[in-house]
Amino acid sequence: MSDRRSPAADVSLPIAGRREFLVRGTRVAGAIALGSLGGFLAGRHGEAGETRWQLDPDKCVGCSHCSTYCVLDESAVKCVQCFDMCGYCDICTGYLDTNYHDVNTAAENQLCPTAAVVREFIEDKAGQRFYQYTIDEEACIGCGKCVKGCALMNGSLYLQVMHDRCVNCNECAIARVCPTQAYTRVPAEKPYLVKAQAQALYENKLGDENRSDDDPVEQLMRTVTMR
Amino acid sequence: MKRLVRSVRESWGRHTVANPFGGRLRWSFASLLALLVGLHSSIVSGELIPTPDFSSHSIPTTQVPSGSGLAWEYLDVAILVVALSLASYFALVTRSRRHLFLLSFASLVWFGFVRQGCVCSIGATQNVALAIFDNGYVIPLSVVAFFLLPLLFTLFFGRTFCAAVCPLGAIQEFVSVKNVQVPRWVDHSLGLMTWIYLGAAVIFSATGTAFLICRYDPFVGFFRLGGNANMMIAGGVLLLVGVFVGRPYCRYLCPYGAVLSVFSRFSRFHVRIPPTQCITCGLCSEACPYGAIESPVSRATPVEASRGRRRLGYLLVAAPLIVVAFAGLGAMMRGPLSRMDPEVQLAEQLRMETLGLTATTTDASEAFRNARRDERALLEKVLVTQERFRWLGVALGAWIGVVISVKLVSLAVRRPHADYRADTKNCVSCGRCFWYCPVPDGKAPGVTPTTGPTEPSQLVQIT
Repeated sequence: MSDRRSPAADVSLPIAGRREFLVRGTRVAGAIALGSLGGFLAGRHGEAGETRWQLDPDKCVGCSHCSTYCVLDESAVKCVQCFDMCGYCDICTGYLDTNYHDVNTAAENQLCPTAAVVREFIEDKAGQRFYQYTIDEEACIGCGKCVKGCALMNGSLYLQVMHDRCVNCNECAIARVCPTQAYTRVPAEKPYLVKAQAQALYENKLGDENRSDDDPVEQLMRTVTMR
Repeated sequence: MKRLVRSVRESWGRHTVANPFGGRLRWSFASLLALLVGLHSSIVSGELIPTPDFSSHSIPTTQVPSGSGLAWEYLDVAILVVALSLASYFALVTRSRRHLFLLSFASLVWFGFVRQGCVCSIGATQNVALAIFDNGYVIPLSVVAFFLLPLLFTLFFGRTFCAAVCPLGAIQEFVSVKNVQVPRWVDHSLGLMTWIYLGAAVIFSATGTAFLICRYDPFVGFFRLGGNANMMIAGGVLLLVGVFVGRPYCRYLCPYGAVLSVFSRFSRFHVRIPPTQCITCGLCSEACPYGAIESPVSRATPVEASRGRRRLGYLLVAAPLIVVAFAGLGAMMRGPLSRMDPEVQLAEQLRMETLGLTATTTDASEAFRNARRDERALLEKVLVTQERFRWLGVALGAWIGVVISVKLVSLAVRRPHADYRADTKNCVSCGRCFWYCPVPDGKAPGVTPTTGPTEPSQLVQIT
């Protein structure tokens, strides 16, 4: 359509004809350039899947930047509990404030500013009381206080970017300030990471059941399941 | 603190008694103390307190939410196509400022407030640059569409994307009330910033260092109803300036606008003023907030012509010198440019701390030392990065030189024309001139293809 020659153009002044020819030529060249750029980018897209932001829990130091620097009002980063790594301790360093008065669920004893770590009695074994700690995702603000606390013991609590909230910015505002550069782009189909220890634990636990012919990423995902 | 240590120890003691794997816990009290004073990040390599074997309770699996999927992205692309088509139709066929205004309001609501300013075509420039230079980066197809579609539409219909689709343009269009004509020389020199910004944005995004356009997006804070305070202030100032100077961001900063202006220059159809109907009243030129309607330029007198030729000659000689000079300046910008890279910042901070030049530590330097990472390896890596930025600085400097030279040369060339005409590269098809044109019957400067005489079969005709 663009390079269709109108009969009138042939009878116009030579200068106008030359200029018009140039303009048309450039337009066609521009269209071709756009097309080939699109083809090139689409071809590259075919090689691999898209990516999402995720933080490597093994690098995270729980500095609390995740809760404040995210472009969202309420950060996309929240805490998750890796139950397979948890010791189910009575005195949980991720749950209790260092200045706790008593080991109970009273607010002044809790480390979490929003009471997002939920403590639940599970079992009494030979005088040892075991508690399960779950994260109330609605309440969690991703400040990482519990992560820092839990790192003193097993480190089963760790932060992750929640992909129902993350808007996948070009330049993750948290990644920019992350002191350990823990943020990386990960494949969109496996957008969560687990700690290396959780991975090792899980491999042990799996034992000889179905150890072989397993995709490593698949293994990594087994300790977390997407809803 | 002591109390915690004691209780932790007690609880561990009980563990040792209570479970059969207790013997594997070999952490001494001293190491525990070390942990508590802040080396917690490095102890994760130790052994774990085992998860108990419960008689009745089964250990749950961690649940995480899945992503939002691609549906939104494809919906956005579909809406973009519809909006671009409507904008082109309104600008060229119905020629209604009211329609364009309503459409830009809809775009502002959808692309701005609902989709919160992401994906946007302006920022997509960086993704395309990164995708071209970095094999490992996978660019989402929707981002490719957001980059290419407005360019394609501009190639045919002019900058109708700016008119009523871009949310950043829309928000400025709404505040543009009292228009002050910017002096031409100010307009031309500030306009150079779009090209310089484009060069800087491409260099930083292609190397994966930073996404400048996203970081310094002045209006995204308004769309998200909250954000970086400095950028919110900058956005507020731009909007205030925008009351008097039309679309300051689009004209003097927007890097995508620079690309669009080139494509618009060669557009197939564009708003035009038919010389046969124009009464040369100049009202449209007065009304245009963007200085996009050129007043007639008379032919040069012989004296002016010879002076102009001489000036052009000087400029053509000076152009390579300007490029070389700016490239040299760019070579000296290695320091500030490379400091955009967080690793370079970290290495410099570590260096200053070791040399005792600074008393304060940063989060990054503390984390680096706590994790006992290898400083030498980091420094070696940073030296490579800095060396790369020396050449990127030269490239950026040369680019700035080219931009300035081209502008100077183009200003030195006189293009006489007797009629008022639309400056296709700067016109954003906002439709204000339609309102102000006093010629009845057709209510506006007519619209014709930019090239060649009109044919009855063509999309738009002279009215």
